Amino acid sequence: MTKGILINYEYCTGCHSCEVACKKYLELPKGEFGIKLSETGPWKYQSGPKAGSWEWAWQPVLTKACNGCADRVEKGKFPMCVQHCQAWCMYFGEVEELAKKIDGKTRWSLQVFEGQE
Amino acid sequence: MADYQEFLDSINREAYHEGEWQWEEDGYTVTRTYNYSGPGCHNSCGLLLYTKDNKLEKVEGDPLSPFVNGRLCMRCLAVEEMVNNPLRLKYPMKRDRKYRGQADKFERITWEEALEIVKAEVKKLDDEGWGRESIVVGHGTGRNISWQVPLTAGSAFGTPNCGGIYFSGWSCYAPRICGSVGPFGEYPLVDCAHVHADRYAHTEWKNPDVLVVWGNEPLKSNADGFMGHWLVQCVQMGTKIISIDPVLTWWGARAEYWLAVNPGTDVCLALAWLHVIMGEDLIDHEFVDLWVAYYDELAEHVKQFTPEWAAERTGLSAEDIVASARLYASADAGAIQWGLAFDASTSSAMHWTQAVCALMAICGNIEKPGTMNLMHTAFGINAGYSTASLYARPEAAAKKFKKAYVGFEGLDFMGMANPDAMAYALETGNPYPIRIYWGQSCNAFAGHEEPAPRAYKYMREIPFIAYADPFITPTMVALADLILPVAMSVERDSARTWWTPLRAMKKVTSFYEAKSDEEILLWLGHGLNPELFESRGWNTPEDIINEFLHTGFTVMEADGKIKRATRQAADESIEGSIYTDCPVTFQELVEQGGILYDDWNSTYYKHEKGMLRPDGSIGFGTASGRIELIPSIFQAWGIPPYPVYTPVALSRDTTPEVFEEYPFYFINGSRSYEYFHTEHRQSQTSREFHPEPLITLSPETAEEYDLKEGDWIWIENQDGRCRQMVHIFPGIDKRFISGEHGWWKPEEEMSEPHLCGAFDYNPNNLTHAYESGPGNIGCPIKCLPAKIYKVKEGDIMPGEQVTRLGGFRDYEPKKI
Repeated sequence: MTKGILINYEYCTGCHSCEVACKKYLELPKGEFGIKLSETGPWKYQSGPKAGSWEWAWQPVLTKACNGCADRVEKGKFPMCVQHCQAWCMYFGEVEELAKKIDGKTRWSLQVFEGQE
Repeated sequence: MADYQEFLDSINREAYHEGEWQWEEDGYTVTRTYNYSGPGCHNSCGLLLYTKDNKLEKVEGDPLSPFVNGRLCMRCLAVEEMVNNPLRLKYPMKRDRKYRGQADKFERITWEEALEIVKAEVKKLDDEGWGRESIVVGHGTGRNISWQVPLTAGSAFGTPNCGGIYFSGWSCYAPRICGSVGPFGEYPLVDCAHVHADRYAHTEWKNPDVLVVWGNEPLKSNADGFMGHWLVQCVQMGTKIISIDPVLTWWGARAEYWLAVNPGTDVCLALAWLHVIMGEDLIDHEFVDLWVAYYDELAEHVKQFTPEWAAERTGLSAEDIVASARLYASADAGAIQWGLAFDASTSSAMHWTQAVCALMAICGNIEKPGTMNLMHTAFGINAGYSTASLYARPEAAAKKFKKAYVGFEGLDFMGMANPDAMAYALETGNPYPIRIYWGQSCNAFAGHEEPAPRAYKYMREIPFIAYADPFITPTMVALADLILPVAMSVERDSARTWWTPLRAMKKVTSFYEAKSDEEILLWLGHGLNPELFESRGWNTPEDIINEFLHTGFTVMEADGKIKRATRQAADESIEGSIYTDCPVTFQELVEQGGILYDDWNSTYYKHEKGMLRPDGSIGFGTASGRIELIPSIFQAWGIPPYPVYTPVALSRDTTPEVFEEYPFYFINGSRSYEYFHTEHRQSQTSREFHPEPLITLSPETAEEYDLKEGDWIWIENQDGRCRQMVHIFPGIDKRFISGEHGWWKPEEEMSEPHLCGAFDYNPNNLTHAYESGPGNIGCPIKCLPAKIYKVKEGDIMPGEQVTRLGGFRDYEPKKI
C-alpha cells in the first residue's frame, strides 16, 4: 500500500507552515526543505474564458528529504505538514483512497511518499 | 477540509493523549496548553509543548484543540528559536542616564536592587510634588497584557495614564470597537463557528454565503483574537469573496470582486453601497422593521453618495461598486471581516465603521448563523485597559490625560489615556510633565510611536525611563535607565479571553531571571503599594489569575457604575460570583485541557432572547433598544452622527499639489507570515524566509524608476525618509507602494546612531502626530504621500539623522 499526500492547492495560502513544520521535524538547515512551496503568479488573464480573473497559487512539493514522517505515522499521528497546514488543504493516507477525493471541482494534486511501500 | 466531521474521525485520539493535559513521551514531558507565539501574538492556540530538563525543545499544534485543530503558523512552529534565543535579556540591568544610547553600558543588578531604584524614583517624584499622573505606563500589543500592564499602572504606580504616546486616535482597534458599540451596543465578529466547541459541526452554524474582506489581510495578521485561516475553511465550504484592499491578496485573487480602493477613501465605497442597497430596496425588511432605528434618516442621508460620486474618490468603477453592493446584499448570510485599515488609514474611522455596521444591519447580517456574532469576552470577564483608572489614586485619576487637553470636545470614553494629550504633555509639560516612563511589551521606536523621530526627540527628555521586555530592543538602548527581563508565554502561568474561548497558558520552563507580566505586577505592587496587595491577598500569579477569572478586577455597582472589585477572591468560593460567569479556577482550567467555551457567546439571536440588555428585555444594548444607524451616543462623544467622508489632510482630493511632488500613496504596515509587528527578527527561520524589509511596487513603477527586485530605495515625504528593499508585484496599482513596519536587525550595531536600523527601515519616519479624525479617533498613518528614489553610497542614514543631526525637521506642539 502506498501512502501519500493529497493537496487541494486551490486553497493553499502560501503560509509556509508545512515547510517550517517539516524543517523542524527533519532538523534541516537553512536552505533545505522536506516540502517546499512553489508559487505561480500572480497574473491577470487578459483574454479567453478566464479574462479579468487572477491566477495566484501555491503548490507544496515533497522533496527527496521527505521520509513520510514514518515514525509519526506508525504511532498514529499525522505527518507534520498535514497536521499544521493552516489552509487545511492537505490530506494524508493511502493514495488509492486519496484519489477518490479528487472531485474535479477544485484543483488537486497527489504526491506519493518515495520508497514507502 | 471541506468535511469537518471527516477530519475529526481521522484523528487517532489515543496517539494525541485525549483527556490528558500533561504526559511523558519519548523522554519529553508534553503539556497541552494555549500559548501565544512569543514574544507576542493576538491569539493563544492549542499547543503541545515538548520540554526536557527545563527547556522547550519543540512545539506541535494540538489536533484535538477546537480553536485551531492542530494548525499552526510558522512563528509558533519555530517558537523555540525565540524562547531559547541567546540574545534574550537574562537579568535586570541598569545604566546611568548619561549613557542613554549606548548598548554596552548596562550593568547587571538584582531584582531587589531594581525595586530599590524604582522606589527611589517614585519617592523623588512624590517629594518634588508631582502627582502620580506624571508617571506614564506604555504598552504594546499581543503579549496578553491588556489588563496586566494597566493594572500595574493603576495599582502599583497609582497612575491612570496608560497607553501609547503619539498613538494618535488610538489607531488600533479602538475606532472599530467604539464605532460599532454606538450602533449595536456590542462588538461584531464574523461567525466562523469559533464560538462553538464543536465548531463547523455545530448544528445551527452555516458558512457565510458572501464574505467581504475589507482593509486587512487576516491570514497574515490573525488580529484581534481572530484566526484568519478560519475563513479559508468557510471558502472551502462555498463562501464567495469580495476583497476590498489596495493590494492583491489571496482573497483578491479568489474574489468575485477585488476592489483596489484608494487608501483613505473606503468610507466613500461604504456610503455608496448603502446608497445602492437602500435605493434598490435590497434590504432585509423584517429585520429592519423589528430591530433597526433611524433607517429612513440614513436612507435620506445617503442619497447624495452615488456610485459615481464614490468612483471619483475611490478610483473604482461605478459599475463594480453597484455590482459588488448587489452581491453583498444578495447573500442570505453575509459577513464583513474588517481590520486595521479602518483605524489607521483614514480620517473617517468612526464613520467608516458606522457605515459598515449599517451595511450589516440593513441586510439582517447580525446574530444569524454565518453572519456577525455580537461578542463578549468569554464568561463576561471584562478586565481591560480601564483597570489603570480604576486602581489609580483618585486625585491622579481625576487628571488622566483627556481630549480636552488638546482641544477636542465630547466625553472621554476610552480606557486608555489620550495619546495626543500625552504627546502634548511630553512636548510642553502642560498641563503637567511626564517624569517617569515605564514601558512594558513595547518597542516604541520600531513599533507604534507613530512619528518615531519626534518621539525620540522628546521621550529622551523624560527624567527616568524603564523598559521590560524579553529582548533588549533598540528603544531600550536609546532610552532606558533600567531594563527588566520578561518571561515568554511558555514561562508564564496566565489566562486569556480575547473574545472567546477562555484559555489557560501553563508555565513549563523558566529562563534565567525573567519574570512574567503577572510576576512583575506582584513585584512592583508589593514594593510600591503593599497595603493594597496584602489586603487583597495578591501573592502569587495564581491569585492574580483567579481574581481575573472571577472578578475581572471590576464590579458593576447598583448605580450602574463600574468600580474596582473589592472582594478577596482567594477567600471565597467561586460559586455564585456576581462579577463573571467563570465556573473554574486557573488550575481547574489547566487540568481540563486549558480551554472553555461559554454559552453566551455561542447563542444566536441574542437580541430576541433578552441577552443584550441589562434588564433582560429583548432588543439591543443601545439607548433605543434597536440598532441605531445614527447612533445617539456619537453626539456625546463629539462625533457628527451622520456618516460622511472626511479626507485625510494630505490626499489627492484635498492637496493635489502635494501629490505632484510625492506621487505615491505610501501604504505601510503590510503584514507577513514571518513576523508579528517588531518581533521575531531574532528567529533564524523567519529571517531565512524573509530577510529584509520589503517595499512592494508595481512593474510599471519599477520600469519608470529603473528598479530591479532587491534594489534599496528611499521612501520620502515632508516628514522624513526610510529605506526598504524593492519587491516588484503585479498585484499592486502604479498609484500605490506598500511597505512593511516594525523592522530592526538584532544582529546589527545596537548603539546609537544605528540602533539596529530601527530608524533606517522605519515608515514612522514619514507619519505625523496629532492627526486624528472626528472625535479624536483614528489616524491616517497607512495613507501617506511619498516619493521614491534609489539609495546611494554615502547617503545619510535615518539613525544618524535622528540621533546625531537633530532629526528631519522641527515640530510645533499640537501641529502635525
